[in-house]
Amino acid sequence: MMPRLFVPQALARQPWQVIVPLTLLTLFGGTVLYSAAGGRLQPWAALHVIRFFGFLVMAMLLARVPQPWFKRAALPGYGLLCGLLVLVELIGRIGGGSQRWLNLGFMTLQPSELMKPAIVLVLAWFYAMLPLNELRGARAIVPPLVLLAIPAALVMLQPDLGTALAISFGALVMMFLAGLPLWLFIGGGAAAAIAAPVMFFFVLHDYQRKRVLVFLDPESDPLGSGYHITQSKIAIGSGGILGKGFGNGSQSHLDYLPEAHTDFVFATMAEEWGMLGGLFVLTVFAIVLGWGLKVALRAPDRFSRLLAAGMVTTIFFYVCINMMMVMGLAPVVGIPLPFLSHGGSSMMTNMICIGTIMAVDRWARLRPPGLR
Amino acid sequence: MTASRLTQSFQRRTFLLGAVQGGVGLLLAGRLGYLAVAQNAKYRAASESNRVNLSLIPPRRGWVLDRDGVALAANRADFRVDLIPDRLVDRDATLASLQTLLALSADHVADIRDKIDQSRGFQPVEVASKLDWDTFAAISVRLPELPGVIPQRGFSRYYPAGAAVGHLIGYVGPASADDYVREHNPLLITPGFKIGKDGLEKAFEVHLRGVPGARRIEATAGGRVVRELGTREDVPGQPMQLTIHAGLQDYAARRIGLESGSVVVMDCQTGDVLAMVSMPCYDPNAFSDGIGRIEWKMLSEDDHVPLRNKVLRGLYPPGSTVKPMVALAFLEAGLDPKAAVTCAGGLRVGNRVFHCWNHHGHGTTDMMKGIYQSCDVYFYHFAQQIGMDTIAAMMRRMGLGGQFPLPYPGQSYGTVPDPAWKQRKYHKPWAVYDTVNATIGQGYMLVNPLQQAVYAARLASGLNHMPRLVLDRHAAPPPSMGFKQDHLDLVHAAMNEVVNGRGTAGKARLPIPGVQMAGKTGTAQVVGLNMGNGKSGEWKRRDHGHFIAFAPFDKPRYACAVVIEHGGGSGAAYPVARDVMTYLFDQGKALAVLDDYERQWGGNLQQRMAAKYATYAARFGASAPPPPREAAEPAGTATDEPGAEPASPETAAASPAPEPEAQPLPTTAPEPAATPSAVPAP
Repeated sequence: MMPRLFVPQALARQPWQVIVPLTLLTLFGGTVLYSAAGGRLQPWAALHVIRFFGFLVMAMLLARVPQPWFKRAALPGYGLLCGLLVLVELIGRIGGGSQRWLNLGFMTLQPSELMKPAIVLVLAWFYAMLPLNELRGARAIVPPLVLLAIPAALVMLQPDLGTALAISFGALVMMFLAGLPLWLFIGGGAAAAIAAPVMFFFVLHDYQRKRVLVFLDPESDPLGSGYHITQSKIAIGSGGILGKGFGNGSQSHLDYLPEAHTDFVFATMAEEWGMLGGLFVLTVFAIVLGWGLKVALRAPDRFSRLLAAGMVTTIFFYVCINMMMVMGLAPVVGIPLPFLSHGGSSMMTNMICIGTIMAVDRWARLRPPGLR
Repeated sequence: MTASRLTQSFQRRTFLLGAVQGGVGLLLAGRLGYLAVAQNAKYRAASESNRVNLSLIPPRRGWVLDRDGVALAANRADFRVDLIPDRLVDRDATLASLQTLLALSADHVADIRDKIDQSRGFQPVEVASKLDWDTFAAISVRLPELPGVIPQRGFSRYYPAGAAVGHLIGYVGPASADDYVREHNPLLITPGFKIGKDGLEKAFEVHLRGVPGARRIEATAGGRVVRELGTREDVPGQPMQLTIHAGLQDYAARRIGLESGSVVVMDCQTGDVLAMVSMPCYDPNAFSDGIGRIEWKMLSEDDHVPLRNKVLRGLYPPGSTVKPMVALAFLEAGLDPKAAVTCAGGLRVGNRVFHCWNHHGHGTTDMMKGIYQSCDVYFYHFAQQIGMDTIAAMMRRMGLGGQFPLPYPGQSYGTVPDPAWKQRKYHKPWAVYDTVNATIGQGYMLVNPLQQAVYAARLASGLNHMPRLVLDRHAAPPPSMGFKQDHLDLVHAAMNEVVNGRGTAGKARLPIPGVQMAGKTGTAQVVGLNMGNGKSGEWKRRDHGHFIAFAPFDKPRYACAVVIEHGGGSGAAYPVARDVMTYLFDQGKALAVLDDYERQWGGNLQQRMAAKYATYAARFGASAPPPPREAAEPAGTATDEPGAEPASPETAAASPAPEPEAQPLPTTAPEPAATPSAVPAP
């Protein structure tokens, strides 16, 4: 116990088993961005790392926030973000064309990004509040669906299919974990299977429809939308096991890879670091998500349990869709890879998720589940 | 539903969620392994082909040299700008900025638009060449705003003699869509590559082309070159040496001046073609970027048909130039050269009178006088005695109607009529007046200027020459024609008399002491005498002028044939032959004469063509209609079939009337000195 004497308790209590891998992953992301910028810290790498540490401090502070504050902030926060989404839509309408962000001066804020943890928070709050005997009734289903439908519709209007899917996925997993009857999900799945073609033909925008079609057959349009997927697969595949070496990625440096520093950063990384780099990234995510789920299982009450699991799901959805996309398993949707892709809003969202899980971790330590 | 059951349900479902996440993780790891390990080779190749850009370097074309090694077609280093239509983003904007940067004229831009419309997208379209460095640099720095525009340094074909070698050498141009269909070679769609479009450039394409080089560059997806990885030099095409004498070719082309005509000069010892000129002609230098609308308008509206190679595709009644060989046929048939007729200005054949060009008559005329005075009656008389078959056989031996293996498409070979031919062609028996017409080179007879030159060379040397264009210093000497020397001597002496004695071309005497030229005049009627006197009036109706010659007459070295279309008679042709021959013996004297002429004509060839172009450009600008596709290959319509009679001979000469009976006027060959008048047969 000797070393503990010299370490302040606030620091010693931090979940270093997660913070250390995350920091390594972010630094690794920094090196990839450094290479993608042609061996320069500007404009991406330095900012990426600085932002991470800034948001890490924010996450640690968030972890100190007591549970009642979370509960109290849930509905107003959700309402505020819905308002911002409407505002973004209005500004976009006036400015002509679609806009997804608000310029705050010091950073551009993308409200739809923040909506991902917000929907988890508001649903956790809702199900914690809902009496247990209502769980099989309409009151357990209709209000969450309304809570989901408003932001999802607003985001779809932008149009941003990726984020809308992320919000919906987070909400549905929350409903699943909250204990809604299983048949709802099975039935819903069946309905989705029927609705998908309808959606495809009547709801999706032309460019989205094209992306789906091209995803199914990327080579059909090697210079158009299929170009992204094809070039990304070439980058990952040509990296091999050990990669082409730091700074030697021709696909990214010669501009064949689109969005090499944001959505397709994994391909940029895999080209230079190979499969080994890819496995490292997957391992870190496994550690982080596994830790999050363990926290959720240890959580002291229904609210914190749902909250932690929902945050894990949010991060998971980012990782899953992005990596499936870059490896040609999912259509191209604009979803960045957490801690590797350059981008302030997504970094903030992910650190909010991490901070919230850390908060649940802290509550669990303060109040073990059995004692409630 | 109790809280503990709910907690259990949460735990179960969380485990499920975790399992799903783990499963996705494994799936992603598996996919990663599949792409990076199993498919590695495939993707590495794809990445490498992205990274390395292989671009072909058009090979330098082989030079075309004259017999002394002077360049007839060479290559010049230049800066050029091409455009790939498929890569254009905004065609109009790009063309507008190119127009400003390169200072292109409106008609030039209109031409580029036509070419873009006609090209198949991936084929480069030449925008401009022969740019200076500043202009080239101005384009190069603006490349990011000009997608699809490709500036490069390269070589362009250069013909120092310009129009003088147009028909001889042909020209090069960007490969057409049809060329690419015929030969699916990526070189053909490489910017800057030119393919032979006509003449020798086309016929010897394989020989001249060479092997392209290649440049391996690392380039971004946007086409910006990052670095060069390596270059393989091109292998220039092989040079080819012609029998042509560059100076003579150029001189002859200039000497034709404002006329429409042909000059062919052959070496009497070897059969080498020393000059083969058809004027006016296009400038092959101006054609290498495709034919512009103004050029096309200018060339196609010219009644002197600059697009036709008259040496090989112009057919003319040879007129009296056939007389020496007819005389030779007489001699071989055993006619005594002393045998004479009395020419009283005409001869009754059947129920018609055929006139001599000299209506006053030549009096007593033997063979010598028949040739040097070009007496028609002498030939009318003895031709009937000897018969057409003998005469036609001699004409064919001399090369008339002959097909010579020269590398040009669409040659016209003309006609040597005889009874069998007439029966085949018109299903009519041969008549006496057909013989009479043929012996003075009229009627059905049609020859091209090359055949005239071959005839002159064979007659001069007694050797069976085949015209040659590709130099072969080790070729076997041509075999003898089998003429008796005393027959040749007599004909040569008569032809010498034409120029240097009492003959019809006294002004053709060479200004070279000790060198005498022998020749024979010929005048071919274009229209009947009732429509014009043949010498003045409407250009199209004037007579063609012919002259065949060789020099020195006693030891023939060079033979020459000149045709001046609508020159008004042989008087237009023999001064040209005289000056061209003079050039071979004394260049200074010949050039002095030419300089005088060119001052009268308003400048030399280049100056006159430039002035004409400027006039057209000022008058029509971009409003001139675009040239038809593949207009550059006028050969397309001409008959390539060797044996076939040309459907309509490519000549302005009046086609022989199929029914001589229906023709009110007997066709005679008036000589320049006389003033013939049409006298209907009684």
